[in-house]
Amino acid sequence: MAKGYQGRLNRRRSIVKIRLFPVISVIFASMLPMLLPIIANYPIVPPLGFMMFLAWRFLRPGLWPVWAAGLFGACDDLFSGQPFGSAIFSWSLVMIFMELLDTRYVWREFWQDWFIAALFVMGVIVLSAIINLVFKVPAPPLVLLPQIILSVCLFPLILRSVAWVDSKRLAA
Amino acid sequence: MATPPNRRLGFNRKAQYRAFTGYVLAILGGFVGLFLLVVSFIDPTGFAILRGAASEATAPVSGGLSEASAGASNGWDEVSAYFFAASKNAELERVVEDQQAQIVESKALLQENIRLKRLLGLVEEEGDSIIAVTRLINSTSTTTNRIATIYAGSRQGVDAGQPVRSPKGLVGRILTTTPNTAQILLLTDPRNRVPVKRSKDGIVGFTEGLGDGRISIRLIELGVNLFEPGDIMVTSGNGGLYTPNIPVAVVTEKTADGAIANVLSNPAATDYVAVQPRFIPLKKEEPSEDEAQGTADKTANGDDPAQNSAGE
Repeated sequence: MAKGYQGRLNRRRSIVKIRLFPVISVIFASMLPMLLPIIANYPIVPPLGFMMFLAWRFLRPGLWPVWAAGLFGACDDLFSGQPFGSAIFSWSLVMIFMELLDTRYVWREFWQDWFIAALFVMGVIVLSAIINLVFKVPAPPLVLLPQIILSVCLFPLILRSVAWVDSKRLAA
Repeated sequence: MATPPNRRLGFNRKAQYRAFTGYVLAILGGFVGLFLLVVSFIDPTGFAILRGAASEATAPVSGGLSEASAGASNGWDEVSAYFFAASKNAELERVVEDQQAQIVESKALLQENIRLKRLLGLVEEEGDSIIAVTRLINSTSTTTNRIATIYAGSRQGVDAGQPVRSPKGLVGRILTTTPNTAQILLLTDPRNRVPVKRSKDGIVGFTEGLGDGRISIRLIELGVNLFEPGDIMVTSGNGGLYTPNIPVAVVTEKTADGAIANVLSNPAATDYVAVQPRFIPLKKEEPSEDEAQGTADKTANGDDPAQNSAGE
C-alpha cells in the first residue's frame, strides 16, 4: 500500500468502508437508470453500472477477483430490463479480456485506457442488442449510436467519480 | 501503470492457485450467463419475482422524482405561457368557434349511433371504464427493450394484458405486475403488435414497433396500399385486448406493404396514463356443440397415448 493511503493521526480505517464503498457504488450505478424518471423511445442512458464497474477495474486492478463480474452482472440484469444472464455473460467476457490485455499492454496511459474502455462499452452495448435480437427485439443498428457516443464521452467523468469515491474510501 | 500487486504472484503457490481458480470461475461465470440466457429464452417470466423486487425497490424513488420533474416542467410551462399570451388567446378563440359546429354535429351523430345500436340489439361495451390512473415512472432506458413501469400494480387491480392509454392515445399493454408497480410493453417495442384500422375508412392492419420510437403498420389484406401521410390509425378491437377506437398513430411514410407511423401518445411526453380493463368482444351465442366436441376430442386424445403405451 502506498504511503499516502496509510492511516494517519492514529485513526483506524474502517474495513467495512474499504470493502463496501466500491460494491455500493457499482450497484447504485446499475440502479440509477431505473431511479430516474426517464421514459426513453430508444436506448439513450449509458450503461452506468457497467461503466462504474469498468472504472473500478481500471483504477484498482485486483480489487475484485475476475469472477466478480458475474455477481455484479446478475445485479445489473435485475434493473436493466435485459434478459436475465445478459450482463453476467458480457461482463464476464470483458473481465477475461481485461486480464489478457493486462498481460499484453502493461504500461498504459489515460488515452489508451479511454480507448480500451470505449471499445468495451461499445462491445457490451452491441452485444446486449444482439442478445435482444435473439430474443426477437430487433433494433436498427444506428439507434445504438447516440448511446455509444454518450457513454464514451462520459467515461472519463465516471473514472473521476470513482477516483473520488476511492479517496473517500481509503481516507482515514 | 506497473503490474498490479495481484498479478505479481512470484513463487507463492497459494497465490498462484487462487489466481488460477479465479480465471476458471470467471470463464464458468460466462457460461452460467449463457445458461441463464437460455433459461430466460425458454421461460421469459422465470425471473419475474427477482425483477419485481427490483422494480418495487426503485419505484418509490423514481415515482417521487417523476412527480417532481412533472411539477418543474409544469412550472416552466406556466412561466412561458405569459409570453405570446395574446396571440395564443386569439388563435384559441378562432379554434373554439370552428369546433362549435363540429361538436353539435358529433353529438347528433352520437345520439343516432346509440339509437341504431339499440335497434340492432348491440349492447354498448364498457370501453371507457378505468382501473387505475398513474404515472409512467421509469423505463428500460439503457437497452433496446421498450418497457416502462407504472406506479400501480396488482393491489390496484392492474393485471397482465390490460391496455394502457393516455388522453392522446394508446401507450401499451401490461406485461407483468408486482403489488405496487406494473411493467408495460410500450407500443414502440417490436414485440407489441396491435390490430389497428384507418380511422376514416377502416382499412385493417397491425402495428409493430421498429425499435427507434416509430412503428410500422402492415396491412392484413395485401393489395393496393392506400396509406397516405397524415392518416390516423386507431385500434380496431380485433382479437380483443384493446378497446376499439383508441387513437394509436399517425402515418408519416408509405412503404411497400404498409406504412411507417409516429405514435400519437409519445411515452416520453406522457404524464398520466390510465389502465383499462381488457376488451372482450361480444360473441354470438352459439349452441354448446363446440364445447361438447372439445371435451370429446380431449377424451379421445387422452385415450390414445394410454392405448399406445399399453400396446408397447
